[in-house]
Amino acid sequence: MFFTMSLYIALAVFLLGLAYKVSTWFRYSLGDARGISTSARFSAAIKGIILTLFSGRVLTLLKVFSLDVLLQRKVLQEDFLRWFMHMCLYGGFMLLLLMHALDKFITAPLFPDYSATINPFLFLRDLFGALVIIGIAVAVYRRHILKVPRLSTHFMDRYALIILAIIMISGFLLEGSKIVSHTRYQEMVEDYADEDTEKWLKALEAYWVKEFGVVSPEVKGPFDDEILELGKEAHETSCAACHSKPQWAFLGYGTARVIKPVALSLDRVSLPTILWYIHFLACWLGLAYLPFSKMFHIFASPLSLLANSVMDKSESDPANIATRQIMELDACTHCCTCTLNCSAGVFYEYFRNINILPSEKLISIKALAAGRALSEAELRHILEGVYLCTNCKRCTVLCPVGINLQDLWFNVRETLLQKGHPELLTLSPLSFYRGLMKDDVGRDKYGDPLDLARGAIQAICGFMKGDDKVLPLTPSDKGFKSGLNLSAQANTYSVCFGCETCTTVCPVVANYENPEEALGLLPHQIMHSCGLGLKNFALGSKMLWDCLTCYQCQEQCPQGVCITDVLYELKNEAVELARGRP
Amino acid sequence: MKFALFLGCNIPARLTQYEGSARAVLGELGVGLEEIKAFNCCGYPVRNIDFRSFLLSSARNLALAEKENLNVISLCKCCYGSLKKAEHLMREDVSWREEINRMLEKEGLSYRGDTQVKHLLSVLFHDVGVEAIKGKITRSFNGLQIAAQYGCHVLRPSKVVEFDDPVAPSIFDQLVELTGAQSVDWPMRLECCGAPLWGINDELSMDLTQKKLVAGKESGADLVCTACAYCQIQFDTVQKIIHSSRGTNHHLPAILYPQLLGLCMGIDRESLGLAQHQLPVGDLEDFFARKDS
Repeated sequence: MFFTMSLYIALAVFLLGLAYKVSTWFRYSLGDARGISTSARFSAAIKGIILTLFSGRVLTLLKVFSLDVLLQRKVLQEDFLRWFMHMCLYGGFMLLLLMHALDKFITAPLFPDYSATINPFLFLRDLFGALVIIGIAVAVYRRHILKVPRLSTHFMDRYALIILAIIMISGFLLEGSKIVSHTRYQEMVEDYADEDTEKWLKALEAYWVKEFGVVSPEVKGPFDDEILELGKEAHETSCAACHSKPQWAFLGYGTARVIKPVALSLDRVSLPTILWYIHFLACWLGLAYLPFSKMFHIFASPLSLLANSVMDKSESDPANIATRQIMELDACTHCCTCTLNCSAGVFYEYFRNINILPSEKLISIKALAAGRALSEAELRHILEGVYLCTNCKRCTVLCPVGINLQDLWFNVRETLLQKGHPELLTLSPLSFYRGLMKDDVGRDKYGDPLDLARGAIQAICGFMKGDDKVLPLTPSDKGFKSGLNLSAQANTYSVCFGCETCTTVCPVVANYENPEEALGLLPHQIMHSCGLGLKNFALGSKMLWDCLTCYQCQEQCPQGVCITDVLYELKNEAVELARGRP
Repeated sequence: MKFALFLGCNIPARLTQYEGSARAVLGELGVGLEEIKAFNCCGYPVRNIDFRSFLLSSARNLALAEKENLNVISLCKCCYGSLKKAEHLMREDVSWREEINRMLEKEGLSYRGDTQVKHLLSVLFHDVGVEAIKGKITRSFNGLQIAAQYGCHVLRPSKVVEFDDPVAPSIFDQLVELTGAQSVDWPMRLECCGAPLWGINDELSMDLTQKKLVAGKESGADLVCTACAYCQIQFDTVQKIIHSSRGTNHHLPAILYPQLLGLCMGIDRESLGLAQHQLPVGDLEDFFARKDS
């Protein structure tokens, strides 16, 4: 009764959770998709699915389903150990689910002679369970023993392993405690024994104590061969149809051997019953919490793989792209393949912004998509993380569940850029990709973030704004002068004798009729400002951000001033100042 | 001869034809390429913002190659310039070497300075050698005029990058001429392609690219030849954007050097990825068929 009731409650929570989560795929949005209504997205999805199913693309779906969903080719290509781990976990668990948990609905109808305690089912249950346990062990090893830099483990990752471990371990303990349980033995005898003479029952019990590991309070070995012979006969008439040797259940039997000395006490406190409660309640908990946990990926990940195999940004309905992008957030298993292979991951070491790492960025984006109120600082943190991406596409190519991460970053980047916070990273070659994607950004909005970033830097360099300011040349900013020391080359500005060769050879200067107006201070003037310690002047020149870093100036300077390197350092300094962390 | 192939970030995502053609050509010439999966960004894109991140990122790649006892071959010139800068600093500057190695230590890495960085063109010119390349050339262009784009970050700062004479370089011209094509003398050949400012100041970037395209065309070039991911994307994808946004047409498509060489080595067009350009380089077969006039 309690069993059924609790099952239905868990099932109801699970189904409601499932419906809720799926509804978020159509309700949440990132960026451009904000204008598309939920109902429009829902009908677009139905239409898209129907059109795909009745087209040649169904073959692609089948291929992806077998290779990527069932066999998990992408994980295998990435790392054999991880593939082995996941195959153990998912293969073992799915088989247990089908054969053991759903035995009434699947195994029993398929095999009329089915009984959980008979081979091959007895053996297979332990085999599948052992697979899951091996998988858990490898996962724990990978996450907690193998020190992989930048691989992070969260509550969700631990929860998934813990709930699986509880289910599995309670299962084996239950099995072991049932093997030794005399109470269980007697219940079975009452239900199935064909004779009830004392001799016959004694013989059967002796046989079960000897061969099946039951620990009996009265009947103890060694036994006569005669009794065992009789017991064997009794066993064959009454029990053998449903019972294979318990040794086949190698984990349960192993457990039984271990607990044998205390088996009677354990039986007295009804350990099998307690373990049974733990076992099925853990299953119900896992089921009810599944839609809200990392385990939800068992639904979302295959869908993500399938959807991405037949969708294309240029052809698919934008409503479906928006829906897919939200679904992909649920598909993430936090396996961290993206982070471990990220070209920009190493930037984390100095920036210390967790949002640089794709797997963590995705978690922040989940909060963003759900419309959670994030502070300005949090938003800027995410934006910095999303911008510190070289758009090398590795994450997208390698993601085992096929999430189009590059498109996701692009979408989030543009959304956050348009919120009006200056992001100084826009003034770096990280913007190259954004430039190539200009049409996707929208040409009207394209330049705003760049203007904003330039404005933020101009704002800290007051001198550049006034026209006729008197410059205080003393005292010169010694801290600034000595601060330009990132590379030994940078302090070479002090030997500049003002010949203007740098400015003369600069292709950027040459591009303008009135370069001072377009660029502010020109290279030789910047060097001179550094020499005079005029920090605001040196940092405020627009020239810094229009420098190609082509090194013409530096190569041709007769004094060996490392002009381009100085400009690089000034840019670093200006960024730090503008960010307010000098 | 074996190198760790450093692809950087642009090539795998936006310029796969460069990897394909370089692999095909180097394979023919007996240069072995090892893949180091753990390579990351060369650091170039963050140098404007945070020098330390640039250096750590670059040096990590050197450390990874050093661990495998391999020298690095870079296809992109901006990657090359960054890696060389890191190599230089890690050698010359004790405090940086200690700081970066301390960071690398966390992953069990360190850089002692044993790994060298080379660009594809220097490997072809110095390590493989002109004669060996000639031996693999099965057919030559005739009458094809090429504007060789040297690229800033292999030439300058010359003390750091050590590629060729920064004022009068000749390696690339000689390599181009191996194919029978003529490397034209164009006034802007040592100038920047404009790519470093693409995405930051597009108008300026396009101005500079356009100047080069005009100069190349005026010097009689049929194609501009590159050996850098940024230069190639700038002269191909961005040139196309220039055409549409500024209503010009410079008729100077870009080809990657290994594509040019590969055609003369009889490598098929598909392996060289010639169809993947934004601005088609056209059917260069005419130049093979032409007889001396």
